[in-house]
Amino acid sequence: MSPQSHAPATEDAHNVHHGHSNGHEAGHGTLKGYLIGFGLSVLLTALPFWLVMGDVFDSKLTTAFFIMGFAVVQIVVHMVFFLHMNPRSEGGWTMMALIFTLILVGITLAGSLWVMHHLNVNMMPMSPEMMKNMP
Amino acid sequence: MSQVEVQETEKPAFYLTEEHHPEGSTMLGFWLYLMSDCLIFAVLFATHGVLGRSYAAGPSPADLFDLPLVAINTAMLLLSSITYGFAMLQMERNARAETMFWLGVTGVFGAIFLGLELYEFNHLIREGAGPTRSAFLSSFFTLVGTHGLHVTFGIIWIITMMVQVAKRGLIAENRRRLMCLSMFWHFLDVVWIGVFSFVYLIGYLG
Repeated sequence: MSPQSHAPATEDAHNVHHGHSNGHEAGHGTLKGYLIGFGLSVLLTALPFWLVMGDVFDSKLTTAFFIMGFAVVQIVVHMVFFLHMNPRSEGGWTMMALIFTLILVGITLAGSLWVMHHLNVNMMPMSPEMMKNMP
Repeated sequence: MSQVEVQETEKPAFYLTEEHHPEGSTMLGFWLYLMSDCLIFAVLFATHGVLGRSYAAGPSPADLFDLPLVAINTAMLLLSSITYGFAMLQMERNARAETMFWLGVTGVFGAIFLGLELYEFNHLIREGAGPTRSAFLSSFFTLVGTHGLHVTFGIIWIITMMVQVAKRGLIAENRRRLMCLSMFWHFLDVVWIGVFSFVYLIGYLG
């Protein structure tokens, strides 16, 4: 254990060889990295709250678009600066797992919203009287 | 068969032997767990996306959500993320007491977050906007509650690690556990980005 834990300075040199890098040795952050990530996150959190609470845009669609945009950027910021994601860690398998998961998440979200929207649109219209008699 | 000209001495290499896992694949395994957790949240987000506007003539997000409170909550979780980062930096310096201090600070921020969330839930239920009121509130409580449950377990884990580090110091096993907890905690913050953007802010817009 001792040679590994006492040699953080040489890790970068080892990583060049790539043969020696496992996930967490490659993934150590620096104070600067954490502070940059934190600063960006504060900005990317404050902006969407300001957009909603300050009624900046007239169009709700524009506001929603910006909120989701800021969220996506902030998730990437967290991944890079806090979770230390990079294509090299664990020989690239963490990145592969992440991409696979993102594809599944995309299918789940888009598929659910799409299918259920169609279901809603194609339902028989109901009058308020019919609604009242529902169980 | 006898025409194969490969000599006995040079064996054909069918695979590359690379030493990739000096100390096991715990990090990769834990990452895969987080990805499966990500799928749980994706399904809950999808559910909320479908049901989030079914108010059953009940209150809407604009009636219920207290955005300044959500902003404070978000700040707490974000601060806990950076303080956990400080704990990891101290761990790399082999500073045991400092690591425990920052772990403690992280736990306190997490507990404040949880307290504010429970206050909000309690407030909503007292107003008659409990999870049984409408499909919107059912999916809201399920999604936000699942996240809160994760934070709860994260806090239990932080306390466990503080005890472990106090008793045994920053040994290799504890470092590995702290790395896993780091990923878990930052992952919860990533999920919360989705919650405050998609559930609270876009919900508030209507």
